[in-house]
Amino acid sequence: MLAPSLLFLALFTYWPVVQVLWQSLHGQVRVGGPQAYVGAQNFLKLFADPAFRKALANNLVYALGTVIPSLVLALGFAMALARSSRVNALFRALFFLPVLIPLVAAASIFLFLFLPNVGLLDYHLAKLALSGPNWLGDPDVALWSIMALTIWKNAGYYMLFFLAGLQAVPADAYEAAILDGAGPWQRLRYVTLPYLKPTIGFVLVIGLLNVVTQVDHVFVLTKGGPSDSTNLLLFYVYQQAVENYDAGRAAAGTLVMLALLLAVTASSLRTLERSFGEKET
Amino acid sequence: MSATTMSTGVSTGEITPKLGYAATLLVAGLWMVPFLWMLVAAFNPESIGAGMASLVPSYIPTLANFREAWASADFPRYGLNTLVITLGILAVQIVTITLAGYAFARLEFPGRTLCFYLFLLQLMLAPVVLIVPNLTTIAKLGLYDSLLGVMAPYFASAFGTFLMRQAFRAIPRELEDAALIDGASVFQRIGFIYLPLAKPSLVAFSIVSVTAHWNEFLWPLMVINSPDLRPLTVGLASFTRGAEGAQAWGVIAAGTLLVSAPLLIAFALFQRAFVNSFVSSGIK
Repeated sequence: MLAPSLLFLALFTYWPVVQVLWQSLHGQVRVGGPQAYVGAQNFLKLFADPAFRKALANNLVYALGTVIPSLVLALGFAMALARSSRVNALFRALFFLPVLIPLVAAASIFLFLFLPNVGLLDYHLAKLALSGPNWLGDPDVALWSIMALTIWKNAGYYMLFFLAGLQAVPADAYEAAILDGAGPWQRLRYVTLPYLKPTIGFVLVIGLLNVVTQVDHVFVLTKGGPSDSTNLLLFYVYQQAVENYDAGRAAAGTLVMLALLLAVTASSLRTLERSFGEKET
Repeated sequence: MSATTMSTGVSTGEITPKLGYAATLLVAGLWMVPFLWMLVAAFNPESIGAGMASLVPSYIPTLANFREAWASADFPRYGLNTLVITLGILAVQIVTITLAGYAFARLEFPGRTLCFYLFLLQLMLAPVVLIVPNLTTIAKLGLYDSLLGVMAPYFASAFGTFLMRQAFRAIPRELEDAALIDGASVFQRIGFIYLPLAKPSLVAFSIVSVTAHWNEFLWPLMVINSPDLRPLTVGLASFTRGAEGAQAWGVIAAGTLLVSAPLLIAFALFQRAFVNSFVSSGIK
């Protein structure tokens, strides 16, 4: 009964990993020559490439700079909207809408938002007699602009997990805390957060895994530019494979991504197991 | 159970009621801006030029932008392709995850834990991460530039398998035993006992799967070459690239709205099921 699943998993998950391993150690010694074992050469080339180092660093900034703010915002939304009412349902829907539209579509909207001078942001800033930076054209700003889009897109998704998590907090825990004279921040610190620990762990993991696999907005907004300031690992791999035809370097880049994903997963194996529950039997 | 119908005695929202609500209102305002602009710009008779950035409509709404978007890209065709892709993936997934979910929930077999971890591996290795070797495999199978090529890597789903496994395990074993005594085959037992009782999980998985593949971009972009086979997302990206050069922002807004509309409408119709399924499918 596992056979159909295992067949597809083997074809599109396990076998590709083996291929990537093999490919990363092989390459053409001469242009147009046959594939040969080249040892660590692909990795040396990869790490010698400033664009790759930039993509790696960007991806780390991007991961922390999007997952943590989205998580904090999502927790805030969930706490503010935990009580069920018509108004709250409306707000929840509002925060959830960005989750439903394709990332490419969100990027198309933000393309205008970030447009210099006439764009949505600059136009309204000008009314306040302010002028914005070149949101997507300035290498120091572009990555942050892209991160803003990601936060807008994802916070509503994480909110749902927190809404579910909050239901696990027993009401008497709050009552007891209030009787003990706990202020709002103390209740957050000593009641809400401890109960939400598993949810926070889960959201952190799926957030970090998502960050590596989503680059659609980079594709539409900046193509990794200006001067690689918004390049992310997956986009770099795509460029190497599709634009530079450098299969060896693309494979080595993929392996670095795999290593990072493995690290995230391994460090959170207990959270994942609890969510999907193999150990509980 | 459900996010929309819950009521905790002392609400967590009370942490700082006024401050919390004021902040929520402010952020909600910010969150709305991109949608608001998409709506206002899409119906603006001036597709190009100054004033596109206004969020207050000061015009008589027109459908001209939609007509132009409709004419410059084959959205019905893209929509049909997306529909075939998402439903095709879902149909095969339901078979694979049901079988695998049953195996993990009810069968004892050597290497079960190993298999569990092998499945877990797919949770982090989304096919798009392995984009280069997967493209090679698709090409070798003769599926390059075909809708089947877009679908195939998603036919197995670890996430769905785990979801079904949990749903199946909540079903009393006695029900299956009774059917067994009556001589029901394993497929009859799955079809008549397990699947009907696991319907909520199946619905949840369907919504998550359809949303994910409806919105997917990079993988179909790599696999599809013919314009005729483009899904909505790929079609929108190339459409936007064209219209961006012409600075036709009203047309871009209209096209974006066209592409986003199906899921937004589905959400408006089935809001509660949508939200609940996302929540319940994530964690238990």
